[in-house]
Amino acid sequence: MTATPTVRVRGLRRTYGDIVAVAGLDLDVGAGEVVALLGPNGAGKTTTIEILEGHRRRDAGEVSVLGHDPSRADLDWRVRVGIVAQASGDLGELTVREALSHFARYYPRPRDPEQLTELVGLTAKATARVRTLSGGQRRRLDVALGIVGRPRLLFLDEPTTGFDPQARRRFWDLIRQLAGTEGCTILLNTHYLQEAEALADRVAVIVGGRIVADATPTALVGRTAARTVVRWADGRQETDDPAALIAALTGRYGGTVPELTVSRPSLEDVYLDLIGDAS
Amino acid sequence: MTSTVLPGTPRRPSAARLGLHRAAIEVKSFFRERDAVAFTFAMPVVILALLGAIFDGVYPGSDVTSAQYLAPSMIAAGVASTTFINLGTGIAADRDDGTLHRLRGVPMPPSAYFIGKILMALVITVGETVALLGIAVVAFDLSLPTDPERWLTFGWVFLLGATACALTGIAASGLAGSARSAGAVMNLPYLVLAFISGVFYTPVGQLPEPLLTAGSLFPLKWMAQGFRSVFLPDSILPQEVVPSWEHGRIALVLAAWCIGGMVLCLTTFRWRSRRSR
Repeated sequence: MTATPTVRVRGLRRTYGDIVAVAGLDLDVGAGEVVALLGPNGAGKTTTIEILEGHRRRDAGEVSVLGHDPSRADLDWRVRVGIVAQASGDLGELTVREALSHFARYYPRPRDPEQLTELVGLTAKATARVRTLSGGQRRRLDVALGIVGRPRLLFLDEPTTGFDPQARRRFWDLIRQLAGTEGCTILLNTHYLQEAEALADRVAVIVGGRIVADATPTALVGRTAARTVVRWADGRQETDDPAALIAALTGRYGGTVPELTVSRPSLEDVYLDLIGDAS
Repeated sequence: MTSTVLPGTPRRPSAARLGLHRAAIEVKSFFRERDAVAFTFAMPVVILALLGAIFDGVYPGSDVTSAQYLAPSMIAAGVASTTFINLGTGIAADRDDGTLHRLRGVPMPPSAYFIGKILMALVITVGETVALLGIAVVAFDLSLPTDPERWLTFGWVFLLGATACALTGIAASGLAGSARSAGAVMNLPYLVLAFISGVFYTPVGQLPEPLLTAGSLFPLKWMAQGFRSVFLPDSILPQEVVPSWEHGRIALVLAAWCIGGMVLCLTTFRWRSRRSR
């Protein structure tokens, strides 16, 4: 069975005057996958995701999202797509409950607003005006509005920018729950490595409008040129086989190796490697 | 298991129904926002109360007081405020704060947005008119006409005038670069027109010729004249520009602005802010 990918992009290009924002980008997202588009600011993440949402036109390339070209998408397609755009300041004078009940009306089979409020952890704020919410609470409301229509595919554009670490972890739990129990396909933009590592089945690193690497977080770390670093009291060595080195050191010291540390390359090393190469 | 549309799947709600729901949250948001209530809704009421109290005297050859002459003209200015300014600044804000962006991402027919905006403006405009009439009757002894023909005139002047100003406001919303500049961009023409249409400056017949000609190009002058014909006796006609209420011309100018405004809306409306690419 060859399933059609939920998102399929080939040779996507978009320029703004002289600036090339997206320069021939290829990407597939399978049904039920969580994929992170990871890249520095200005790499073309938002342009790409907005083209996939049908909010921006493209200059060239093939794009299929849920089997349709988003630039010609109709309202039935919109029912199946959820969007959490970059932070905005709308809905300020409505309460959380009013906003959710209102947006539920646009969909043929919406979630129950009360249960949704509970799901995103805003029950205590249900009757608060949206403008009084903290940044993290507002973002959770944005997610709630993105999923109120039970989308098959959810776009998240930099969902946790400006969060403190604790709020970010709570937010990640919510996204994992959506992906896990609901089988929602998710494409998210982020410039936080940890976020990509924590949430994504696959990480596509985007630099200068192109995908420069596309693999699972583990495989990305595995394919790096950076090697494991072993440090001890009077030495430091990079190696592909730390076990053999430590065995040799143990022999040399005749027992415990003083101040021994072993550092595996992190995703950050790989990422810095990748964006360094490309730019 | 490919999922197609199953039989019995609930349908998407209609544009008309969504438009009604949008009108409900638009009215709610309007009255919860202090700026909008103060500038758009309360301002004409305050101006009528102030100017009505400041000026006194009776026009020669009639028993109409300055305040009574001002009241119907202020109703026209009130309609312009709750349609033209309200929609112009409101839509500029929607474009700026992400409202329009969010709505483009949900299964909402675009017409539902406009139905919501126009119904909201209508509700607020009716409220404004009732408030202004209330003050005029209670504080300035304006008597409401009993002749149904006059109320018929009131009806068509109100509908044509409100529609013309609403459509012009929607079209003008795109002129402002941001929500912050929208207040200035919308209020300047409004205040200038209120002076050169004989609303703040009364009676209209005393205006210098060039200003009068300029004012006559815009709907406010004609709407104000239409409302004066409803609430004032014919003995005040010598104070008008020409000694006639000119109902035919009022209808013609207002209808022309409705059509022009509609064309402008259809050709210039932008869902995106000018600054975003």
